Amino acid sequence: MIKILKYSFSDLMRSKWSYIYLIFYLILGFVLLFLNNDVSKAIITLMNLIVVLTPLIGTIFGIMYYYNSREFTELLLAQPVSRSKIFFGQYLGIALSLSLSLVIGLGVPFLIYGIFQSTEIFNFSMLLVSGAFLTFIFVALSVLIGLYNSNKIKGFGYAILMWLFLAVIYDGVLLIAMVMFRDYPLDNLALAASFFNPIDLSRIMILLKLDISALLGYTGALFQKFFGTGAGLVTSLFILLLWIVIPVGMMLKKSKSKDF
Amino acid sequence: MIAVKNLRKSFGKLTVLEDLTLDLNQGGIYAILGPNGSGKTTFLKVLLGMVLPDKGTIHIDQADISKSNDYRKNLGYLPQIARFPDNITVSELIDMIIDIRQVPAKPEPLVDLFGLNPFLDKKLGNLSGGTRQKVNIVLTFMFDTSVLILDEPTAGLDPVSLIKLKELIADARKQGKIILITSHIMNLVEELADQIIFLLEGEIYFQGSLTELKEKTKEKDLEHAIASLLKS
Amino acid sequence: MRESYQPVLSALLNKKCFSLFITFLLICSYVQATIITVCQNCEVSTVTQAVQMAQPYDTIKVQAGEYETVSLEIKKPLTLLGEPGANLNGAEKNYILKLLADSITVSGFSILNSGRSYTKDYAAVYVYKASHVKIINNKISKAFFAILVEKSKNAVISGNNVLGTAKKESQSGNGIHLWHCDSMKIDKNEVTGMRDGIYLEFVDNSLVKNNYTHHNVRYGLHFMFSNHDEYTDNKFEQNGAGVAVMFSKWIVMKRNHFYKNWGTASYGLLLKEIYDGEVYENRFEENTIGIYIDGSTRMTYSRNTLRQNGWGVKVSGGCYTNVFKENNFISNSFDLSYNSQLNDNTFNNNFWSEYTGYDLDKDDKGDVPYRPVKLFSYIVNQTPETIILLRSLFVDIINFSEKVSPVFTPDKLVDESPSIRSF
Repeated sequence: MIKILKYSFSDLMRSKWSYIYLIFYLILGFVLLFLNNDVSKAIITLMNLIVVLTPLIGTIFGIMYYYNSREFTELLLAQPVSRSKIFFGQYLGIALSLSLSLVIGLGVPFLIYGIFQSTEIFNFSMLLVSGAFLTFIFVALSVLIGLYNSNKIKGFGYAILMWLFLAVIYDGVLLIAMVMFRDYPLDNLALAASFFNPIDLSRIMILLKLDISALLGYTGALFQKFFGTGAGLVTSLFILLLWIVIPVGMMLKKSKSKDF
Repeated sequence: MIAVKNLRKSFGKLTVLEDLTLDLNQGGIYAILGPNGSGKTTFLKVLLGMVLPDKGTIHIDQADISKSNDYRKNLGYLPQIARFPDNITVSELIDMIIDIRQVPAKPEPLVDLFGLNPFLDKKLGNLSGGTRQKVNIVLTFMFDTSVLILDEPTAGLDPVSLIKLKELIADARKQGKIILITSHIMNLVEELADQIIFLLEGEIYFQGSLTELKEKTKEKDLEHAIASLLKS
Repeated sequence: MRESYQPVLSALLNKKCFSLFITFLLICSYVQATIITVCQNCEVSTVTQAVQMAQPYDTIKVQAGEYETVSLEIKKPLTLLGEPGANLNGAEKNYILKLLADSITVSGFSILNSGRSYTKDYAAVYVYKASHVKIINNKISKAFFAILVEKSKNAVISGNNVLGTAKKESQSGNGIHLWHCDSMKIDKNEVTGMRDGIYLEFVDNSLVKNNYTHHNVRYGLHFMFSNHDEYTDNKFEQNGAGVAVMFSKWIVMKRNHFYKNWGTASYGLLLKEIYDGEVYENRFEENTIGIYIDGSTRMTYSRNTLRQNGWGVKVSGGCYTNVFKENNFISNSFDLSYNSQLNDNTFNNNFWSEYTGYDLDKDDKGDVPYRPVKLFSYIVNQTPETIILLRSLFVDIINFSEKVSPVFTPDKLVDESPSIRSF
């Protein structure tokens, strides 16, 4: 598995898309920091971008790589290696190379700016951690979609649709539902709903740092309990982890029973 | 050395292989023929472990292929389309496959044979289709495997390389290996094949030597023999 | 000591010497009245005893030691000086000190353990109908009320340190509590763990400066029905809420720092029914609500910095002809929230960190007006749970569409010339 990981990682690290992705984050980081000169504002803007963008990039890269390497995967399948090793290795290769682009791309500008001297270092690492989590989650989901759909066009469509749903539509439906049923106690619903969407979950995880003042303004006891303590952060991280483990597990299971 | 018993595979409602039983005990070149959709590719993929059968067993060199994937160490596979990761070089790819297989390999003579030396440090994404097919051939023949599966091996090859490929196949046969070939090019089959396995609707419709086939169909060449097989 | 006066008194008959005598007597009494020393092994071993024997304008110096002092009434002008380690212990019974005359000074003591009651406002230091009282550099702990001043004038309360252990509003008193007072000065005090840090009711013409109130259960500073007061350079940190100014007029609020006043309906500054005040150069950082305005009229808010609050400014109730100019709104979850579609207030030339317009004519004012009220803040007002969707892409999209054509938010609420730079 390590071998497969090694080769798909080195393949991706040399692809021009990795560079474009890396350069995009470099530029973004430099522009935000040096034009704004305000770390906390830069981090808020980045947060808005990252919770939407890393899932999108993860989805597109994941599904593209899956379909593009289909013949090569077949060649690997004819080798004496188990399927789970092949797919897990390739998955880790994509997710790691994308996460690395993110961490380096944003890390370098912030390092040059002197993030370690700043009080925002925790918020910044939070940002990178959730970006990496989202990458791992969405690559897993899109590879899973690829495994279930041999038709490239269909698979690509589903993957984009999944991103759109989780990034935008889900929140819209949730908002409308909450406004419609506002006479009922909603905090359980709101909290549970956010667990079922990794984008919402990482958004909230960052909110816990950046907007704790506003979140504590809300009266619900459950919110208070969740947001007011470290439990919120720990729970969020744990559920994000589940969001990786479950799709990867499904991916490996499907890969074992699939015909290529 | 290859024992297939009651093999059955269907995709949804479509049955592709129906109760296929086959024993290949001797080395030699076996051409697997059949019209489109007859189950050739599926059969090869089942052998390779890429498609999982619904029923039946396959033993290669006495090993049940559903139990372990170690048998693939003894299996060379030349896929129809040569697609590799774009950003690694030819020599990296060769090293990688050797690395994954963990068996001794002799790529150098093959690289020389196909004149691939200038391309060793080139990225695969920058190579032409023909060159990639040559790389593909190197990957298949560099191991000493007792079974070779060649899926449309001549696609995209220039005549010179084609001759070299045929030599390689002939060599392998001399070493007593089992070579399974699918091809649409009947000349090639006629030239190489010791045995013809003709699949139709998921079953073996005919198995025997070229001469037996011609005698049975009373035709002079393979193309017509097959056409008449299909008519009857 | 008193015997020494006898020869002088006999000289009283000598009329020649009369004027000389008067002068001498005055000097004598002044010099003689200087100091009564109290210590545990001294002749005078309790503060109560010292106060009883002291003449007006005497000084009582208390050396280190524990002195049980229960409801000690001081009815003459005296100076009480505590040396380091001088503890006045109220034994949890009653008031500790009651200052009932003008010009009393209490300084340097550690005063602790007042009584607690649901019916009486027991205080460590209680002042009633007195002027020019000075309460300086005391350390007051475990008190129900620390310093309670009623119907007094011209007092100075300075450099005191009040430490309470309040958990609930109903079971604790205020740190520095003034009622019906005038021309008071409260500065450099630190109050923590009480109900209100500093409470002013019917207090006029007074100054609250350089105090630090933190971790109090209710408010850091609380004004009720008080006019013409000023508070400057104070810091209010992590109180139930920072400062509440209610039903008061002509209050000046300047250069204060409101920090981390967190919680349900918590805020840095609450203004309720306030007229003609000024709020300027204050810093509001990381409060749930920076400024919560529930009815204020003819107020000026300028040069304040509101940074990383949940809500920068939340406006509810009738607010008329207020002016917001040259304030910095930086990285608040919501800069401004309105609960109605009406607006009679002016926002001009503020700095909004979320402003994305441009400044082509280089006059440091953005060429595109800025709309500080977002649709989402309106939604959160209606359905508070939706806060969980803050900063979601969907919310950004609906905010944007509302910005383009306002339906739910006051369409006249616009900063026509937002500043490009912060102040």
